[in-house]
Amino acid sequence: MSPRRTDTGGRIDRLKTIRFTFDGVAYTGHAGDTLASALLAKGVTLFGRSFKYHRPRGLLTAGVEEPNALVTVLKGEVREPNIPATMVEIHDGLVAISQNRFPSLAWDINAVNQLGGKLLSAGFYYKTFMGPVVGPLKGTRFWMVCERFIRRAAGLGSAGSAKDPARYERMNAFCDVLVVGSGPAGLMAAKAAADQGARVMLADLEPRFGGSANWSGETIDGAPASDWARRTVAQLEGRDNVRLLPRTTVWGYYDNNTLAALERVTDHKEQPGKGEPRHRYWAIRAKSVVLATGAFERPLVFPGNDRPGVMLAHAAERYANEFGVLPGERIALFTNNDSAYRVAVALKKAGAAVVAIADVRPELSAEMRKLAEEVDAEILAGHAVVATEGGRALSGLKLQRFDMANGTLTGDARSIHADCLLMSGGWSPTIHLASQAGAKAQWNAARQAFLPPKPTQQWPTQQWIGAGAFTGSFSTAEAIAEGRAAGLAAAGATGTPTALPTVEAVPGDPDPAPVFEIRAKGKSFVDFQHDVTAEDVRLAHREGFVSVEHLKRYTTLGMATDQGKSSNIPGLAIMAEALGKPIPEVGTTRFRPPFAPVSIGSLAAERFGDLKPERLTPMHDWHVANGATMYSAGLWYRPMIYGDAGETVEQAYVREAKATRESAGIVDVSTLGKIAVQGPDAAAFLDRVYTNMFSTLAVGKARYGLMLREDGLAFDDGTTWRLGEQDFLMTTTTANAGKVMQHLEYFLDVIWPELKVHVTSVTDEWAGAAIGGPKARQILAACVTSTAVDNATLPFMGIVRGEIADVPVMICRLSFSGEMAFEVYSGAGHGTHVWEALIEAGKPFGLVTYGLEALGTMRIEKGHVTGAEIDGRTTARDLHLDWMLSKKKPFIGSAMMDREGLIASDRLELVGLIALDNRPLNGGAHIVEEVDEANPHGSIGHITACCYSPALGKHIALALVKGGKARRGTRAHVSDPLRNRFGPVEIVSNHFFDPEGTRMHG
Amino acid sequence: MLITCPYCGPRDVIEFTYQGDGNRERPDPASQNFEAWNAYVYDRLNPAGDHNEIWQHSGGCRAHLRVVRNTLTHEISSVAFVRGEHTSTPRRKAEGKS
Repeated sequence: MSPRRTDTGGRIDRLKTIRFTFDGVAYTGHAGDTLASALLAKGVTLFGRSFKYHRPRGLLTAGVEEPNALVTVLKGEVREPNIPATMVEIHDGLVAISQNRFPSLAWDINAVNQLGGKLLSAGFYYKTFMGPVVGPLKGTRFWMVCERFIRRAAGLGSAGSAKDPARYERMNAFCDVLVVGSGPAGLMAAKAAADQGARVMLADLEPRFGGSANWSGETIDGAPASDWARRTVAQLEGRDNVRLLPRTTVWGYYDNNTLAALERVTDHKEQPGKGEPRHRYWAIRAKSVVLATGAFERPLVFPGNDRPGVMLAHAAERYANEFGVLPGERIALFTNNDSAYRVAVALKKAGAAVVAIADVRPELSAEMRKLAEEVDAEILAGHAVVATEGGRALSGLKLQRFDMANGTLTGDARSIHADCLLMSGGWSPTIHLASQAGAKAQWNAARQAFLPPKPTQQWPTQQWIGAGAFTGSFSTAEAIAEGRAAGLAAAGATGTPTALPTVEAVPGDPDPAPVFEIRAKGKSFVDFQHDVTAEDVRLAHREGFVSVEHLKRYTTLGMATDQGKSSNIPGLAIMAEALGKPIPEVGTTRFRPPFAPVSIGSLAAERFGDLKPERLTPMHDWHVANGATMYSAGLWYRPMIYGDAGETVEQAYVREAKATRESAGIVDVSTLGKIAVQGPDAAAFLDRVYTNMFSTLAVGKARYGLMLREDGLAFDDGTTWRLGEQDFLMTTTTANAGKVMQHLEYFLDVIWPELKVHVTSVTDEWAGAAIGGPKARQILAACVTSTAVDNATLPFMGIVRGEIADVPVMICRLSFSGEMAFEVYSGAGHGTHVWEALIEAGKPFGLVTYGLEALGTMRIEKGHVTGAEIDGRTTARDLHLDWMLSKKKPFIGSAMMDREGLIASDRLELVGLIALDNRPLNGGAHIVEEVDEANPHGSIGHITACCYSPALGKHIALALVKGGKARRGTRAHVSDPLRNRFGPVEIVSNHFFDPEGTRMHG
Repeated sequence: MLITCPYCGPRDVIEFTYQGDGNRERPDPASQNFEAWNAYVYDRLNPAGDHNEIWQHSGGCRAHLRVVRNTLTHEISSVAFVRGEHTSTPRRKAEGKS
């Protein structure tokens, strides 16, 4: 047993030894320890280096608000930085390291920053690094040079680059009453509501329920408070209507009582259990919410208040009572309120010597004097700590007589030898969730704290009830009474006047003295994590950053990962004093989610990794079995190439495209969006939706159509087939299938409800195969029955119904590849059957399967547009599709498409490019008139798609170029400094190959 | 935020797609009044208080709803089918406020 560890008491299991490492050194602790308590028990005082000055820092707190002791936890290659050591439960094999130090925590080179303290004050980065007006480092360039070094010196832990193999999940939950916080108030609320039969959820960010009952040392119903808490939890545990969520931080409060919580399911385990995620994100919908989130103790601001060994008073009480760890052997206390006296009693009981209690108040109550005498502590009323001594651990402190009426210090400084100084500056209720829910905090002068208001009807979609320290009721007896009342009210019950548990507690006045800062020489820290001192706050005031929002941004007070949980109120108080205004007039910032940092993985949850949904075409398995390399496009998986052994991607697509143009190729087009448009007004509706006419389309024929948006820009294109007088099958691009569906529904529901049309998404109902090439018709003739496929029966854009291998199919003769081509549609369930029959029939004709790369290559050769060109900025004219704009009828976008800016002559227009240096081009590369490699400028457009064209034997591209049509036949250059690709190109028509279409018309 | 779809009942906002300001008037399709078209395509009301909005229940019945929502408190005071304004009434009345 280590000298700092008590023999009995607390939540730890002394029979169970846990082995872990911190900064490479092996340590042992006990089951139930946090990293903080285990290291503290071993006499470790130095936990980290501060953000700006690299000052040595120890533990300030014992909980989630810890600003100093941030560590990085390593799991294999994965590193998670900035975790408070107070929140890490140790387990065998835990590896943690300290942060922001080089080369080591004890010997940190950047600690010299402390000497330049004045230089690093608030706003220093902006002021110092503006740079000269002229010269090579003018303006921001000087800053950019300096920034590299500053970033290395200032900061927190570094994130890793290894992929996180952990699994995260999301849960939706519903309950009648959600209780946040499981201290005496929360436990009572949960129990009262559960007893009424309500469905209750109880969440606490600690691993153990009970809150302050675990460390208060008080007695409830004749038993230690921690035993009472355990018994109450046991009563809740077995009940069907109660769900207990330990290690669960409720971090967001949204509309209609929707709350977000993060459950750390397995961080405390060496190995996760089978099927357990690392974190679980809970979206909780609660009929009512009880906020029993307690309060945070505030530090006092005085010189040297950040030295390792200076700690919040209640944190020491927690370490002693909950973990059986003494934070020091000779302990001094410094307080402005009564709550610290209870701590002195606890530490004395645990075996420490309490040497002195300094209290800023000149008069102490008889009860407090009695407590101080009980622990044999010297009472220094009307005194303040003005300095601390020591390096990596505290060795002593200096005191002076203090007049709290005017803040003056008088008399000689007196030294006291102590290895631990506990401070208490009063308590601030944890009102974060209520603030998120829209509640405006109200300053309470007696408590010297912002309290939550009574909930009002102002925010009718968020309803909560507060209880306990959260409301400013700091005693356990009040917490128990308020908790039960809140639980009953939340469950919709009226009070049942049974007896409340009785509490025996150390007496104390809940109201602190209004003292936040002791002004003496030296650095007095307000925000420990961001190294903001009281002087920085005053500097901000002198420079005019006086509003609370400006103060925050200028000094970064409260902007660190702890979000100012310990620093907000002292910072406000110092600013209020500088302004000579009362605190409520300075105001406070509103809290926003999250209450504490949330893992990104838990937010992504099933949207990432194994559980991510994917869409597979009916022929997917066939593609995979036949050597396809799959490519993810949105949620879809599509074959990219069908590679032969040893082939590169380029070799494969060139082979596939070449074979298609020489004999025939087949490609899976099942992913195209398909919408059934049916009803008496279907044709009239399509006339309004498409720029061209569909009412004139004959039954059994298809037509290529273009849609615009209301603003006149191009939206989507595709062919629509007229299957019957009132029955159309619309196809859309793969990417826009959902958007087009929504577009059609909007117009039918909102704009033209009088039209008798029904639209149905049938994308998943049809399997589609496009077969094209000079031999495509012969292949169909060999396998299609019940219909002919000759030119008379199946002309260009004609549709026939027939059978392939006894399965009914619909065949439309249309072409994307530019070859004589057909799209064969069958029921999705027959997709593979039909596909295999087509492959079999194609064998004698040299039919190849081709993927997206060859599909893209052939469309570029033909100059067809896709989403890369219909990019939301281009018009029909820009894409040379103005021949499709009917003048006989209005359509969506027709009123807006002729606006001045949309018909200007210098718009980006679709062109083709041929690389004159015979080298590959890159998508996204800029087009310029004159190359300037050193100082790239003068873009006249960019490449949207590129490939090696087997048909032309050249590297080609489609591009959008300013006044592109007029530039045909001229030269330009590609300018792609990122990929260092510069070179001459010829601008040509986008129709590279067979511009007359003789091949597809056959 | 909860929206009570008149067909499906109260559902989470993630099931819905916002389809914009419900006060816009689409000009007659054949109209050449450019000012009217410009107002329809680009102008949106942004009141601090009750706002008349169109939402589609895209993750449910796919109906378009006219929702009156308070932009300050997210309180929803009425939900009705847009289509119902012109044609039939809802087939099934859901519980709760609508």
